[in-house]
Amino acid sequence: MKDFDLLAILLKPEFGAMLLHGLQETLKIAAGSWLLAMTMAIVLLVVRLTPNRIAERVVAGYVSYHRNVPTLVQLMFWYFGIFSLLPDALQGWLSVHNAERLLSIVALGLCQAAYFSEDMRSGLRAIPAGQAEAARALGHGYIGSMRHVMLPQAIRNAVPALVNHSVSLFKNSSLAMAIGVAELTHAVKEIESQSFRTFEAYSVATVLYLLCSLIIMAVGGWLARRYRIAGAR
Amino acid sequence: MYSVYEILRDNWLLLLVGQYPTGPLGGIVATLILSVLGIVLAFPLSVLLALARLSPWRLLNWPAAVLVYVVRGVPLLMVILWVYFLVPILIGRDVSGFTTMLCTLVIYEGAYLSEVVRAGIQSLPKGQGEAARALGHSHLGTMWYVILPQALYNMLPSMLSQFISTIKETTLGYVINVQELTFAANQINNQLLTKPFQVFFILAMTYYVVCFSLTQLAQWLERRIAHKRLGAVAVKSTEDGAPLPTPVVTQP
Repeated sequence: MKDFDLLAILLKPEFGAMLLHGLQETLKIAAGSWLLAMTMAIVLLVVRLTPNRIAERVVAGYVSYHRNVPTLVQLMFWYFGIFSLLPDALQGWLSVHNAERLLSIVALGLCQAAYFSEDMRSGLRAIPAGQAEAARALGHGYIGSMRHVMLPQAIRNAVPALVNHSVSLFKNSSLAMAIGVAELTHAVKEIESQSFRTFEAYSVATVLYLLCSLIIMAVGGWLARRYRIAGAR
Repeated sequence: MYSVYEILRDNWLLLLVGQYPTGPLGGIVATLILSVLGIVLAFPLSVLLALARLSPWRLLNWPAAVLVYVVRGVPLLMVILWVYFLVPILIGRDVSGFTTMLCTLVIYEGAYLSEVVRAGIQSLPKGQGEAARALGHSHLGTMWYVILPQALYNMLPSMLSQFISTIKETTLGYVINVQELTFAANQINNQLLTKPFQVFFILAMTYYVVCFSLTQLAQWLERRIAHKRLGAVAVKSTEDGAPLPTPVVTQP
């Protein structure tokens, strides 16, 4: 092994550009799938709260599928399987518009939505039933009691779990490499094969990933403290 | 639907054991062996890590905390690449993809499992430890004879869900060409070329069946243990039944 020389990678313009581009791609995938996951999770939660048994079953099935099948397999299923069934026009459009990135956002987002919706549901279930009853007794409607009494508490209950799963979502973005997205892990492997400085390349990527994860954890902790209800456990 | 049946009929052996008699063991058997070995080897490491994190000595406390945080913050894929690169250098000879994946799982699962074990130890009523110390046990004796047997029993459901995560994580071996279920499915896909949807549908369903049944088992275990603990609380009403800590869930 050559001696450890971090600057050989960081200062070389082409490697620097590759790293930056990889990081950008990772952040794009993570942000895109986070937004999709949050939206989908709220939809799932709302559907599950309606007193319709069939709707409840469908959501339970969705959650069960996405929690029991490995994320990488879901990614492959979207990229190789479902993609081949799409109409030709859509396939063409996707191929022009970076199908790998879009499909990995869809796969990761839909997968994580199952986890997010379960987090929010258990946040809601942790609130004593008396809270909802009291809100209704005070004259709130269903929507009003949700909006002013239940949800503010439920979201606070759910924040730690949501933060944990946001970190896993960020980490899962590296799986997109397996279907050929040029994200951070992919960029690092590329740099490694060009420069033969494996140790340095991996160190840079590890530090970047770690930094982003720690930032997400810190922001989550800050949010939890900032919006804590005084006296709540 | 018919082609799903056809693919299964022609390739069930490849999905089950890979090219075993003539080549390396693969398929779902390799996946399961890899996960079982991974979790079994990770378990002692996780208990040691948890004890180190709970110890009052900084010299033990800090390195364990750093390891756990690094593993929690870095993608599994990155850990695989590190092990793939470092283990041959450290032991001076090439290792198979299977061994690489096994080492990765032991490190990764060890760190996550140590959080589970730590939560289990911390959720026991304080009186247990104090009583053991009062009876003359040393710190380690207290852990060994009193705390760990109870904590580990209570943590069984969480450990089972960690095992399920491990099964899901073995899929990442695909990236370094470990012969397991995902690899076998990709082989089939590359042979057939025209039936990607059916092949990956079979793959997803196979994982689903395995992991879903284990999830059900974990839930049954959880109910049973919670029931037992509730019974204990009802008898000894002075002891507060600490709720089971929420398991640390990982997903690959």
